[in-house]
Amino acid sequence: MTTTDILLCALGAVAIGAALRVVTTRHLVRAGLWLVVALAAMAGCYLVLTAELVAWVQVLIYVGAVVVLLLFATMLTRAPIGPSDELDRARIPAALVGLGAGGGLAAVLIFGYRWTKVELSAPGTAAELGQEIFSGWVLPFEVLSVLLLAALVGAIVVSRSTRGSGHGLREGAKH
Amino acid sequence: MHPVIPYVIAALLFGIGVYGVLVRRNAVLVLMAVELMLNAVNLVLVTADATVRAYTGQTFALFVIVLAAAEIGVGLALVLQLFRLKGAIVLDDVAVDDVAAVDNPVDNLVDKPVDKS
Repeated sequence: MTTTDILLCALGAVAIGAALRVVTTRHLVRAGLWLVVALAAMAGCYLVLTAELVAWVQVLIYVGAVVVLLLFATMLTRAPIGPSDELDRARIPAALVGLGAGGGLAAVLIFGYRWTKVELSAPGTAAELGQEIFSGWVLPFEVLSVLLLAALVGAIVVSRSTRGSGHGLREGAKH
Repeated sequence: MHPVIPYVIAALLFGIGVYGVLVRRNAVLVLMAVELMLNAVNLVLVTADATVRAYTGQTFALFVIVLAAAEIGVGLALVLQLFRLKGAIVLDDVAVDDVAAVDNPVDNLVDKPVDKS
């Protein structure tokens, strides 16, 4: 066990514990806050694994933007404050499938990699990653930018408040 | 560094995400579980990149993060629209063949021209 391994184990334990809280907590808002912990621990894992730029992008986009969006959505949809028992379906089948997926993948990876050891190289900087993206992956990069634009326009169109959906709101309030 | 450690962490996180997607009834919580699954995939990509230093894994991890941002934007817009229509975002209440909630969904999304006369 090297320092890297110990750091990865600790950060992984934090991430897995926080992720478990995200899917089991009975408080809606706390699920979002535990998600921050899980995502930050994952960013720490990326840092240890020498992916510096990915770690900071993770902090910026996930912890900074995605979680804030999720919390906004939680508030806008009148989430119950305090514990609520109606967040979950039957747990046993879902736990079986989740355990099957996680355990199966873990078994395959353990079988594939055993206890092999890899020497980490020097931390990757943004310059090298940018070189890689803009030399080998320019087309996917541009396609992604178009996709982002399309997703933004789509989100605006879908969430736009029109008279038609105002009608829907009155209908929904009657239930 | 033993690559099996981050790989196992990623596999377990993915399993937790699958459990969350299946067990949660609130649409926002389902989206959170999906984020966990996407992050597990990112961890696999970054670990693979660290074992074979080629920067391809990190590139794809960045792409996945961008895709997740797009997904969360559209997903939350849909969730808010669902809340407007139904007054709740409980996924069990959404029938797949439910067309009665709106008279004509397309008409409701498009602004009708205002009659000026």
